[in-house]
Amino acid sequence: MSILRNRRDFLALTGAAAGALALAGCGGGGSGDGGAAGGGKAEPRRGGRFRALFTGGGELETIDPHAEALAIDMARTKALFDRLVDLDADMAPVPRLAAKWESNADATVWRFTLREALFHDGKKLTPEDVLFSFGRILDPKATDHFAQGMLSVIDLKKSRGVGGNTVEIALSRPSAEFPALLGTLGTAVVSARYRDPARPVGTGAFRLKSFRAGRSFVAERFDDHWDGGAYVDELHILSADADARGNALRGGQAEYGYEMTPTFARTAAADTSVRIVAAKGSTAHAIVMKCDQEPFDDPDVTLAFKLLADREKLVEVVLAGRGVVGNDMFGKGYQYYPEDIPQRKRDVAEARALLKKTGMLNRTLSIYTSSAATGFVEAATLFAEQAADAGLRIKVTTGSSETYFKDQLTKGVMGSHRSGAMSIPTYLNDRLLTTSAFNASGWRRKDFDAAFAKARATTDEGERTRLYGQLQRTVHDEGGLLMWGHPDWLNAVSSRVRGVEAAPPNTLDSARFDKVWLA
Amino acid sequence: MRGYALQRLALGGVQLALLTVLVFLLTSLLPGDAADVRNDEDATPEQVAALREQLGLDRPALERFTDWAGGVLTGDLGTSLVSGGPVLDVLAGSAGITLLLAAVTLAVVVPLAVLLGIASGLREGGRLDRAVTSVTLALNAVPDFVLALLLVAGLSLRLGWLPATWVGVGAADLIARPALLVLPVGVVAARMICLLSRQVRAGMVTVLRAGYVTQARRLGVPRRTLLLRHVLPNAAVPGIQELARVGDNLVGGVLIVEAVFAIPGVATALVDAVEARDVPTVQGLALVVAAAALLFSLAADLVSHRLVPRTEVLR
Repeated sequence: MSILRNRRDFLALTGAAAGALALAGCGGGGSGDGGAAGGGKAEPRRGGRFRALFTGGGELETIDPHAEALAIDMARTKALFDRLVDLDADMAPVPRLAAKWESNADATVWRFTLREALFHDGKKLTPEDVLFSFGRILDPKATDHFAQGMLSVIDLKKSRGVGGNTVEIALSRPSAEFPALLGTLGTAVVSARYRDPARPVGTGAFRLKSFRAGRSFVAERFDDHWDGGAYVDELHILSADADARGNALRGGQAEYGYEMTPTFARTAAADTSVRIVAAKGSTAHAIVMKCDQEPFDDPDVTLAFKLLADREKLVEVVLAGRGVVGNDMFGKGYQYYPEDIPQRKRDVAEARALLKKTGMLNRTLSIYTSSAATGFVEAATLFAEQAADAGLRIKVTTGSSETYFKDQLTKGVMGSHRSGAMSIPTYLNDRLLTTSAFNASGWRRKDFDAAFAKARATTDEGERTRLYGQLQRTVHDEGGLLMWGHPDWLNAVSSRVRGVEAAPPNTLDSARFDKVWLA
Repeated sequence: MRGYALQRLALGGVQLALLTVLVFLLTSLLPGDAADVRNDEDATPEQVAALREQLGLDRPALERFTDWAGGVLTGDLGTSLVSGGPVLDVLAGSAGITLLLAAVTLAVVVPLAVLLGIASGLREGGRLDRAVTSVTLALNAVPDFVLALLLVAGLSLRLGWLPATWVGVGAADLIARPALLVLPVGVVAARMICLLSRQVRAGMVTVLRAGYVTQARRLGVPRRTLLLRHVLPNAAVPGIQELARVGDNLVGGVLIVEAVFAIPGVATALVDAVEARDVPTVQGLALVVAAAALLFSLAADLVSHRLVPRTEVLR
């Protein structure tokens, strides 16, 4: 199970690449955006109505924080609820309702010290609320509580409240990453009095006024919020497709648009009424080679392929220049990412030598892709052309897009792969272990599994970082991930808006509206 | 006439039955089902299978269809696979705005098209006739969604005169800001006015040339009486028959502008349902939309039949 429940986040990536072909050859998009939007040193001002637009899900939309699945759900529950812990822009845990935490020596018992926080019904946050929330998330009857898999490590029977403000969570196995797991999808703290999803009782910076799935969501500022509360009086989180988001923003009908396309970013560069807020390299695009199949069971072959990719060109064409090149590892810019591993560069001569050595020259391979994410077919086609420079023939075959991610596991020796924003341990856990259900590159090694288990149980952060770094280096050197690029995450705001941070999806500052204000 | 109406209704019923079968077949051709869509790409096959069973999607297709069709005969449009509530609720929540759009559009289209048609038909080949003809032919060649995008880019984004979308609009806003209606209604109405006014004009031209009009003129029937009593009812027939045909344009156009302007009507609900593979909702909504289009065209036929009973032979 992964935090990557967010199909819509992926669709955005899709949109990003959709613009790519149109923009091919035009080079990078507008400069000067990116980084935190806001500028200016003015004091935040209170008041006003803030309208934020997301891709909608019709009746699928929910404000039950444990059943949230879409980006629009997450934005709404973030307004109404808080988590114990959330994730920083680099996926490291940051304190929210838990002011601090500590574990025992083997990371099997965690103690979280709760802040003084009030629920919307005026009652104080207690350890019982936290335990109730975990109980609700883990309720076996609830099939749509996505954090269940991730939090199944919690031993609820042995967990308890200690005093008025500490909650002790027992785990069934050591996990040094436990706090970070609490910052993922579907983990918000609800009141022990929460029963009806239509009547949320949270601690969030906004209190619900009205909600209709597929239509509208209106919330008002909750003045007693523990974190100082919001600036705007009223928050609307509405659904609109990509074109309507752009038109509404430019037409002054909204203040914020989530997931904008590179095409829109280009339009926005000429329009002073909107500004793009780009989080650099937030997600990942790769071509995968299955290491458990011939010929990719030979690391020399995977290395040759990795040396053949012209990453700059791929980013320029497939991502319309809106991204950064990848180094065959997931999680660029995130906690535990080994920045010291040199960037892999294109080396056709070396690749050719390796191919010759392994008898791969003039062989024909096929790459199994689909339009499940826009950019897949484009990247596969472009890579096939690049590989031809070394005398390698790659055929691109396309399959059904709806079932692609399942089909890819069983079909073809090469495929297309992408990942949304998540922590590096989560990615390793979901994609690169023998037991991973979605091991797209067929990477199954007992020693790798054991090293991962060891890293995950190591409480010393420096040591843990070193261990994860080693795992990543192995993937970089021998793995089947040709991770060529990390697309930027593009949001847009109207020019009056201040306080919007550039943050990857699934992190605290992504789609966060208690710090925004209108100039 | 009653026989005619009944016959048409019976035919409509058969058409609707065929349509529901077709919609069911087409939605089952879509890759993936509601369980796939809701479970996302990282779900294990066991999780997907569990949800599929819970939603009743593991039953044979024929059984699911006959269950749904049986329900429709008793007035039950089925249960949404997404919300778990009746499809009727989805319809009730979205139909109001679509009906309003359609009604306002018709209220604009009919008088305008008739006036334009009469005005240009009275002086065939005159300056006005030529101007109207050129404009309507040109507009008719522009697809609805292109016209919508052009108008949004020009009138909303560049000039800022009219709202670009309906994002965040509630029923109350519509009364306070009728400007919201201008672009969507304008787009749908434009083509309909073109088509209708051409027919009214053609009707006028034909009738004005007819022997009985010349005869009436000779007999000294006052011009006013001649036009209102003899020319218009006959000239209106092709127009009203055209109205029956442009019913499709009305339904199609409204559905398109809903998408362009983010209007939360039936089309938006339908698109959401298709994306979620919510087959009962897709079928229910498609059935109601098709029934509405059929009834509209029947009503227009009956009106034209009433005006000129001889059109009965047309059936």
